[in-house]
Amino acid sequence: MVHGSGGRASAQLVEEIFFPAFDNPWLRKEGDQAQLDLSEGRWAMSTDSFVVSPLFFPGGDIGSLSVHGTVNDLAMGGARPLYLTAGFVLEEGFPLSDLVRIVRSMGRAARACGVSLVAGDTKVVERGKGDGLYINTSGIGRIPEGVDLDPSGIRPGDEILISGPVGDHGATVLAAREEGRITTSLRSDSAPLDGLVAAMLASGPGLVCLRDPTRGGVASTLNEWARISGLCFEIEESGLLIRPEVRGVSELLGIDPLYLANEGRLVGVCRPEAADRLLSALRAHPSGREATRIGRVEKGRQGRPDGCVRMKTLMGGTRTVDWLLGDPLPRIC
Amino acid sequence: MSDLRYIEAFRDPLLGRSLLDALALAAGRLPRSPVRIMEFCGGHTHAFHRFGLLELLPPEIRMVHGPGCPVCVLPKGRIDTAIELALDKRAMLAVYGDVLRVPGSHGTTLMKSRARGADVRTVVSAMEALTLAETFPDREIVFFAIGFETTTPPTAAVILEARRRNLRNFSVFANHVLTPPAMEAILSGTTLDGVIGPSHVSTVIGTRAYDFVSRTHKIPLVVAGFEPLDILLALRMLLSQIAEGRAEVENEYARAVVPEGNPRSLALIERVFERASFFEWRGLGALPRSGLAIREEFGFFDAQRRFSVEVSPVSDPGICECGEILKGAKGPRDCRIFGTLCTPDTPVGACMVSAEGACAAVFHYGDREGAVS
Ligand code: SF4
Repeated sequence: MVHGSGGRASAQLVEEIFFPAFDNPWLRKEGDQAQLDLSEGRWAMSTDSFVVSPLFFPGGDIGSLSVHGTVNDLAMGGARPLYLTAGFVLEEGFPLSDLVRIVRSMGRAARACGVSLVAGDTKVVERGKGDGLYINTSGIGRIPEGVDLDPSGIRPGDEILISGPVGDHGATVLAAREEGRITTSLRSDSAPLDGLVAAMLASGPGLVCLRDPTRGGVASTLNEWARISGLCFEIEESGLLIRPEVRGVSELLGIDPLYLANEGRLVGVCRPEAADRLLSALRAHPSGREATRIGRVEKGRQGRPDGCVRMKTLMGGTRTVDWLLGDPLPRIC
Repeated sequence: MSDLRYIEAFRDPLLGRSLLDALALAAGRLPRSPVRIMEFCGGHTHAFHRFGLLELLPPEIRMVHGPGCPVCVLPKGRIDTAIELALDKRAMLAVYGDVLRVPGSHGTTLMKSRARGADVRTVVSAMEALTLAETFPDREIVFFAIGFETTTPPTAAVILEARRRNLRNFSVFANHVLTPPAMEAILSGTTLDGVIGPSHVSTVIGTRAYDFVSRTHKIPLVVAGFEPLDILLALRMLLSQIAEGRAEVENEYARAVVPEGNPRSLALIERVFERASFFEWRGLGALPRSGLAIREEFGFFDAQRRFSVEVSPVSDPGICECGEILKGAKGPRDCRIFGTLCTPDTPVGACMVSAEGACAAVFHYGDREGAVS
């Protein structure tokens, strides 16, 4: 219980681990707060806490994830992320070498996104009272003039796009939890999406709203929009890219890939006339090469009521894609 | 990992289409119509809905749900006993997540009993329950074991392992049931033209276990895998049998199922369990020699013996049609409160809770006609 109690040890932690990883003028001031010169206009602000097990997984770790998560939440409003803060809750006895690895990975991720980590805090809790390490990040970003992404603008006829394959992150983490019982070559898709969003916005008008389908997956994002808009979201399974290994892991664990978390994908709704152009803009960007069109928004009718997500299956039938109920439970039969 | 890629082959849309065409042709040649075919397993019920297969079938085929849902067939009395073990006997109860929300008598559930101080932990395997016993040496751990022949061998294995490790604080509340007696009860009670046999269960008990279906009941049965092409092919095989007047046990799932089953798993079951004189099923009632009890030799690990708890019969209230659905006599939409009072968030019966329940399948994947969601 040494580091984090505000004494010499915690100052050392900050100086030796955090400063070098995040180095910037605000941190160098060592004040109780970061002072920012913000320009006029609209700003987006967001916060998210990261609890992930295992802490390290193929394609990322809790550190890079905590940067990408908040950066992406801001980007989904069209904002250009600029500043982040980070809070660490460490369990007593957490290996210092792991912490160093995670903090460096956060630093790298922040630099790659062009955001500055301007303030931070560390607390240590007693052994057994935490799960190794929790990270909270908050961030703010500037929304460019004229950008207004809002699901309340969804109309019948709008098209639904996705920036790449579904479920990579969720399947990777679930497979990693099985500790060798499932081996795959899967990697998390954890990545910043602000560049992709900027490319879409730069291509012209017609984008209605965006969402990164993290917890609860694509199914939850679409259900949320169907509820907000009161319209029926009709998607085609053939439009969804699901890597064979993701399908395999889902099947083994009895979880539908549509509910698996993604950490570097976005789903968007756009006007029909903008769909082709936005799809090209997505595909021209390195993080959107595998983008596809997955369906369209319709007025409810017989058999597909308003507020619902319906999917045409690969076999040609239709089914509802429901909200996720509770935790995904493995099948026992 | 190449076997993970294997699944794609059983979901090929082009093959699916040609099988559906073949089905439509075969349906036109049936001697009678419609034919009633039961999918015994809840896993198949879910596959039908999840892959959107039902609406693609020719109208001559009527699918009937079967009782193959381990959670659904547990009568309320067994949930009550589990709650008693956790609340009154202060045992830490290790359960599969599916049973948490199944209502016992008076609307109580294991989930609600947590609020009253019961220590109920979810596990994904029997082994995990055993690990709990080692982690908490000062607590009594009871594994609430449920399921057909698929989950029985792992339960048997942990009982043997508990004895090997000399774990004094571990026991099992056994609720394992057998597929053939349930199938027998169904076939004696309803008229069917064919049966899609279980996939996972059959990997353990083999296809020979169903010989009585063709011999005594003169009904064709095809054991099928859970993938869409498995199911369509099995239906195609059933229609051929019906058209040709045959009633045989056939195996579509030959990549995993052999006639004699899995001898190692069967031996494990045999070593630890014996047939109980009867088991009370939800819907099917008390069926002789249809459930398993822990043998005397392993009595130390039998939670019912250790805590002297009984399972008392509790009648189901009138409104829930679970029992009728499990018998194949009704469908979820025949229930007056389906999708209104009874939803996955507010389940009145077990068929709406379990991942394998017919009501849950129809609610999750169905068209929501008349439902409040
Ligand atoms: S809908 Fe609910 S109440 Fe009706 S049969 Fe199904 S589980 Fe029972």
